[in-house]
Amino acid sequence: MMMDETELKGLLSKVRSGRLSRRGFVQRMAAVGVVAPLATQLLAIGGVAQAQTKSSYKPTKRGGGGALKVLWWQGPTLLNPHFATGTKDQDGSRVFYEPLAAWDPEGNLVPVLAAEIPTRANGGLAADGKSVTWKLKQGVKFHDGAPFTADDVVFNWEYSRDPATAAVTSGSYKDVQVEKIDQFTVKVIFPVSKPFWADAFIGVNGMIIPKHLFKDFTGAKSREAPTNLKPVGTGPYLFKEFKPGDLLTGDINPNYHMPNRPYFDSFELKGGGDAVSAARAVLQTGEYDFAWNMQVEDEVLLRLEKGGKGRVHINESGSMEHIQFNTTDPWTEVDGERSSIKTVHPTLSDKAVRDALALLIDRDSVQKYIYGRTGIATANYLFNPPAFRSKSITDTFNVDAAIDILEKAGWKKGADGIREKGGKKLKFVFQTSINQPRQKTQAIFKQACQKAGIEIEIKSVTASVFFSSDVANPDTYPHFYTDLQMYTTGPSFPDPGVWMQSYLSREVCQKDNKWQGRNITRYRNKAWDDLYDKAEQELDPIKRAAMYMELNNMVVRDRAVVGVIARSGVSAMNGKLQANPSGWDSNFWDLFDWYKDA
Amino acid sequence: MSSDFLLRRLLIAIPSLLGISVVLFTVLALAPGDPFGELVTNPNVPAEVRLALRASLGLDDPIYLRYFRWLWAMLQGDWGFSFVSRMSVDRLILQRLPTTVAVIGASQILAIMVAIPVGVLAAAKPYSMFDQIANTFAFIGFSLPTFFTGLLLILVFSVQLDWLPIVYSTEVGGSGLTYIWNAVRQAIMPVTVLGLFQGASLVRYVRSSVLEVIKLDFVTTARSKGIGERKVLVLHVVRNALIPVVTLVALQMPIVFGGAIVTEQIFRVPGIGSLLISAMLANDTPVIMGVTFVFSCLVVLFNLLADILYGWLDPRIALR
Repeated sequence: MMMDETELKGLLSKVRSGRLSRRGFVQRMAAVGVVAPLATQLLAIGGVAQAQTKSSYKPTKRGGGGALKVLWWQGPTLLNPHFATGTKDQDGSRVFYEPLAAWDPEGNLVPVLAAEIPTRANGGLAADGKSVTWKLKQGVKFHDGAPFTADDVVFNWEYSRDPATAAVTSGSYKDVQVEKIDQFTVKVIFPVSKPFWADAFIGVNGMIIPKHLFKDFTGAKSREAPTNLKPVGTGPYLFKEFKPGDLLTGDINPNYHMPNRPYFDSFELKGGGDAVSAARAVLQTGEYDFAWNMQVEDEVLLRLEKGGKGRVHINESGSMEHIQFNTTDPWTEVDGERSSIKTVHPTLSDKAVRDALALLIDRDSVQKYIYGRTGIATANYLFNPPAFRSKSITDTFNVDAAIDILEKAGWKKGADGIREKGGKKLKFVFQTSINQPRQKTQAIFKQACQKAGIEIEIKSVTASVFFSSDVANPDTYPHFYTDLQMYTTGPSFPDPGVWMQSYLSREVCQKDNKWQGRNITRYRNKAWDDLYDKAEQELDPIKRAAMYMELNNMVVRDRAVVGVIARSGVSAMNGKLQANPSGWDSNFWDLFDWYKDA
Repeated sequence: MSSDFLLRRLLIAIPSLLGISVVLFTVLALAPGDPFGELVTNPNVPAEVRLALRASLGLDDPIYLRYFRWLWAMLQGDWGFSFVSRMSVDRLILQRLPTTVAVIGASQILAIMVAIPVGVLAAAKPYSMFDQIANTFAFIGFSLPTFFTGLLLILVFSVQLDWLPIVYSTEVGGSGLTYIWNAVRQAIMPVTVLGLFQGASLVRYVRSSVLEVIKLDFVTTARSKGIGERKVLVLHVVRNALIPVVTLVALQMPIVFGGAIVTEQIFRVPGIGSLLISAMLANDTPVIMGVTFVFSCLVVLFNLLADILYGWLDPRIALR
């Protein structure tokens, strides 16, 4: 990295003693390529108290804002955060349930049910990185009047980690231990030093359900809890009515634990329909105040914005649209599976071919003509959070260079215009899910490949099949029974640790593990595995970020994967509405702060 | 008509319903995909959880076992629970049913109120100016798909004129008169789209049915008795001409439920049609089974109703 350790330690001690402002520190770090969220975490670990992100909330009294009407084109279907199958359910649950802390759009932690964010200075973070102690906010009450205490926090850990519950949040809880220190203090203990400690009880996986209403419904009985369908939480709105997929309503919580909040008297979430008409109902007719996940071409959004009733809000997120190169042979069956790690790809195994393909992705056109403001062209795989963004990948679109590489490697054009060598032709099947922007991207890539003498056969699979865990279906993305494929994933927390497991050799996705492994490309590289393991033990955030950049550089340079577009969170909101959606947490992470300008 | 007839018809319905459920279940079970969607790409969800969920929903069991489990529960009145929302299916359907019945009922009434007068008048003076215009509009009406007319209405009345809301909500604001006005206002577009579509095809039936009756001898007799033209038309012609139309309306009802799915999607009408669509997109088998079962019951029921009505309206037809 560009800054050595002694220099950094010097800076940190300056901040501690007050000779350098926090802001000044963050700016200095930005100058050397370390962006705000990481610099803030650095301060936390370096023993500097975290500045509370300043809220821009203006109203001076609770209520009086009328109804808040929001539109989710896929409505929430269940309201227990531990069973949320997607963002829609996490958002629906978040109206009523809250975590100890939330992630703001810049990736900073904001306390919600916690009294403060744990730091080295306040004794919350252990020096060895093996535990975190949370001080809980006192005087918080659940909607039924029961007090919120450490017992509720501990209960959520027990509830989620129980394999019989099959909670989708269990990834955040199964490997940690949680202890109650006193009525308002809990300690999270990690088995090993954990550089990224902010997971359990935070953000979408951290919403706290009340112990007194769920304690008789754990494990296999969890489905029968009556509270699953009528949530009782600590959030700014009290539950009123729920119709799965259609409607969710709430009334103001008169005893909400934050002063002067919330602003709106009632809350209504309407579900169903499609993204374009949702955008229209906010931007053009103004019937609704906010619409979620505007997966609409930017051109259409720009046109609707001319309606003048609202604006499009874009926030950074971890979502990465990327193309994967199969390292194995998808056309040969070995022991009942294709793309078996016992095979190698007949043509993609030639690095020259992969290099050429990487040069044939016209990202600028994809951004300009398809995603517009809603995407950023990049060849990186790890793009966000910005602290982990490598600057050394500079792949561009260059057909001539691709042709040159192929010629030099001996791939000559045949009579049909397709390059071949030793009887093997450069013909690839490129699959993705059915989604208009994706089909357009496929077409742009196919055209460029054609110019270079590579034939691409386009395949598109219905999203509900492509993104399923169906073991018997060969068209799912984990099977990867084609040469190339494209889709979006990304870290949902502002840390890439878990997400980057997708290139670990031990995570290879195959028949043995019912295609549940995370490593879809079947990339295997000992050096990569070692560096990953080291990064997950590294407590110095700067060194760790540098390792992650190197991990990114390795997979991209080896062409296991190449980035296409970093996709942003897009929402439509009323011109007067003040809300701040975060790419690292639920859309409703700051629902308590939502208000309308007079 | 005897109770014997009724009983026999209801007994015949049982094997057909069973047959429908077997076919449906098999097709759904063979269809690829599972109800987990985003869970699969979320890196923070451990693989064991996905497998445990699949197992807990019984997705890994053989098809015949799943079917018999479903059938056995259904016979005991347990409709199962939705994979996606974990709510019981009958509750989900009951939540949605009133809206569908209201919207479809209103549109059927609109369709009948438009179709009968227009059809009768058109047939009374065939090939007149009125008949030509009515025919043209009827053709346009049932040729244009509802998603097209729906979007057209939205564009004109919501976007351009800003008179009507695009989103149909079960939770309309206000109380008393404002509530009723809000409820009516949001229903105008979906009801119009559905009603006119239905009405357009009904006009054609009414017209041809009236044309057929109007040529019959008893009409000529009535006329020769000196009864006024208006009376002849209403009392003698229309009464007889409507017999086949009534059956037709009854037989069409299930089709109307199906046809409403698209309209429900466009206007976000939270009916069972939109429930069916989202359940299909999410591979939520119990809900799909439940909704389609309701639909098949409707088909059987309205078929029976049509038969009974026919016998009642036309005593010449005996039901044995």
